[in-house]
Amino acid sequence: MTRETTVKATEPSSGTGLGTEIRLAGVTKDYGLASPAVDDISLTIEPGEFMTLLGPSGSGKTTTLNLVAGFETLTAGTISLNGADVGNVPPHRRNLGMLFQNYALFPHMSVAQNVAYPLRERKAGKEEIARKVADVLELVQLTGRDGDYPSQLSGGQQQRVALARAIVFEPKALLLDEPLGALDRNLRSALQVEIRRIHREVGSTFVFVTHDQEEAMNLSDRIALFNNGHIEQIGTPQQLYTEPETLFTARFLGDSNVFELGQAALDEKVAQDGESWIVEPGTVAAHPGVRASSAIVVRPEDVEVAGSRDAVPSGANAVRATVRDVEYMGSYRTLLLAMGAGGLPGRARTSALRGEYAIGDTVVIWWWPRAQRIVAA
Amino acid sequence: MSSVNIKWSRWFPLVPALALLTGILLVPLGKTLVDSVSTPAWTLKNYSNLFTDGVTMTVLGRTALTAATVTAIALLLGYPYAYLMTRVGPRARGILLVIVLIPFWTSVMARNFAWVIILQDGGPVQSLFELLGADHVVLYGTTAGVTIAMTQVMLPFMVLPLFSTLGSIDRRLLLAARGLGSSPTAAFWKVFWPLSRGGVMAGVVLVFTLSLGFYVTPALLGSPQESLVAQLLAQRTTLLLDFPAAGALGIVVLIVTLVLVAWANRVGGTVSAIGVVATSRPKDRP
Ligand SMILES: Nc1ncnc2c1ncn2[C@@H]1O[C@H](COP(=O)(O)OP(=O)(O)OP(=O)(O)O)[C@@H](O)[C@H]1O
Ligand SMILES: [Mg+2]
Repeated sequence: MTRETTVKATEPSSGTGLGTEIRLAGVTKDYGLASPAVDDISLTIEPGEFMTLLGPSGSGKTTTLNLVAGFETLTAGTISLNGADVGNVPPHRRNLGMLFQNYALFPHMSVAQNVAYPLRERKAGKEEIARKVADVLELVQLTGRDGDYPSQLSGGQQQRVALARAIVFEPKALLLDEPLGALDRNLRSALQVEIRRIHREVGSTFVFVTHDQEEAMNLSDRIALFNNGHIEQIGTPQQLYTEPETLFTARFLGDSNVFELGQAALDEKVAQDGESWIVEPGTVAAHPGVRASSAIVVRPEDVEVAGSRDAVPSGANAVRATVRDVEYMGSYRTLLLAMGAGGLPGRARTSALRGEYAIGDTVVIWWWPRAQRIVAA
Repeated sequence: MSSVNIKWSRWFPLVPALALLTGILLVPLGKTLVDSVSTPAWTLKNYSNLFTDGVTMTVLGRTALTAATVTAIALLLGYPYAYLMTRVGPRARGILLVIVLIPFWTSVMARNFAWVIILQDGGPVQSLFELLGADHVVLYGTTAGVTIAMTQVMLPFMVLPLFSTLGSIDRRLLLAARGLGSSPTAAFWKVFWPLSRGGVMAGVVLVFTLSLGFYVTPALLGSPQESLVAQLLAQRTTLLLDFPAAGALGIVVLIVTLVLVAWANRVGGTVSAIGVVATSRPKDRP
């Protein structure tokens, strides 16, 4: 019943078709610091796509969003919405929904007035405003708080009001800057489901900023991974996880065991001291940096643990390791390892069925060469 | 018992100030009040005379009008000025602050005689108007001249509370309004202006109430035919020596002022004497 009312509220624009195409070409923003905040970014976000900008703090995600919204001026490059260059279009004419990282709720307006603001600015009728505000507040589970002022709300509640205000007018494109950052785990996953659902129903283009890789994986059609002002890699969550091009990507998404090969050519890293390093051509990243400096990456779930070298099947890659710690994760356990002669930190997943390991045990970890990835380091 | 001691020791530092206030404010004020209803006899005649003598009400009205004009001009000049102060760098802000504070640092006499020279017949202001084609504009000895000089003195009382309020408004709220579909003008009127209301009220009340009691400026620059309430008071105390009647007038002005402050407190926020403002509406939490 709850669902029915909310679905109705979002239906009209799902009929009006696709969201906005957002195209960034050579976009650069230089604040005059040591390096540009955003450095020559090119990215096309398809109509109706859910694109996540993922990256560590200070990597330029918010700046990129502000450039798209029109709050910052470009140092170089062009941004176009549906093919039209918006370089000289002021923010309020771009018709984008925007949720700010700091919420930016109006302190002198109640929750309902805040949410109604974009509708008022679009000269919506009184009844339409009342209906949409009620529906969207129900969606973010804030029914009954209409009359409260932002200072009377918790951080998470404020964030939900900001989300409601950004989606209430069903914009053709929605820019969300860490909209779930302040929420607890349950509310966060509940709202992730809602955001996905809204996205499906409204059909707008979503640009979603987060530094939470799990959230990015859950929600996105594609992820643009930011690092230090440039885009490290763009692709589906699956692509970024299984086919990382660079060590940064491999490390940012999920856990990985990394063997840095430095400048050595791949085939020179030959078997020695019981190790084996077989390379399958299909697993080498296309990134041009691979030839100069590379690393082998294996995910913990692809790594098997054996008691000795003899137990490793032929054709597998293997390296010695010492068990540093054991984490019990319920259905499986994770061994924290010191790998190889250099004692590199590593992880492997195992279960009680495959043998118990204790801290201090010497083991051999092995994996099939097709499970590893050779990336630019 | 120890809690009582703590209470007493906490209040103790206030004793000198309270004693001083009682001695120089409450006692004379009480005496003025009592005299105004008891001399020459226990009646309210001193008060009813104010309404019937044909002078007091006119002067009070003129004073209120002058104070309102000064307040309005000070707000119109002060708001953009204070806004500019929040937008420039620290150096320029310092310079702007000094400019607005100069009337504070100038002696009352020097300031007023400077205005006499500027505004008098044949003075620079008149010459300027002549250059512009308006012959023989007389400001000296008029309410207009008084208003101009008073506005100059009152400007800091408008600018300072406004500056503190405008500076504390989160400018990202304006961006949010733009992102939600407001033009820059709409964003100002719907977001910035309502958030600055506390500062506006503080400045308005401060300037208006202080303007009600101006004496030297109207006495030197105005005309005796267009005197303001402070001149009337001075006349009644120093020339007519009618202290109870003057006391009644003073009490009326005081009541007007208190009513105004109470009203401003209700609608605009808390106004303290130095014009620091705490808006009644809660600020956004970060
Ligand atoms: N207005 C500004 N003036 C100067 N430098 C800025 C400004 N805004 C951002 N920067 C710089 O640009 C870089 C990128 O900042 P940005 O806010 O885009 O990072 P972010 O990826 O959103 O980080 P976070 O996850 O912490 O929000 C930072 O180094 C920051 O110091
Ligand atoms: Mg950010």
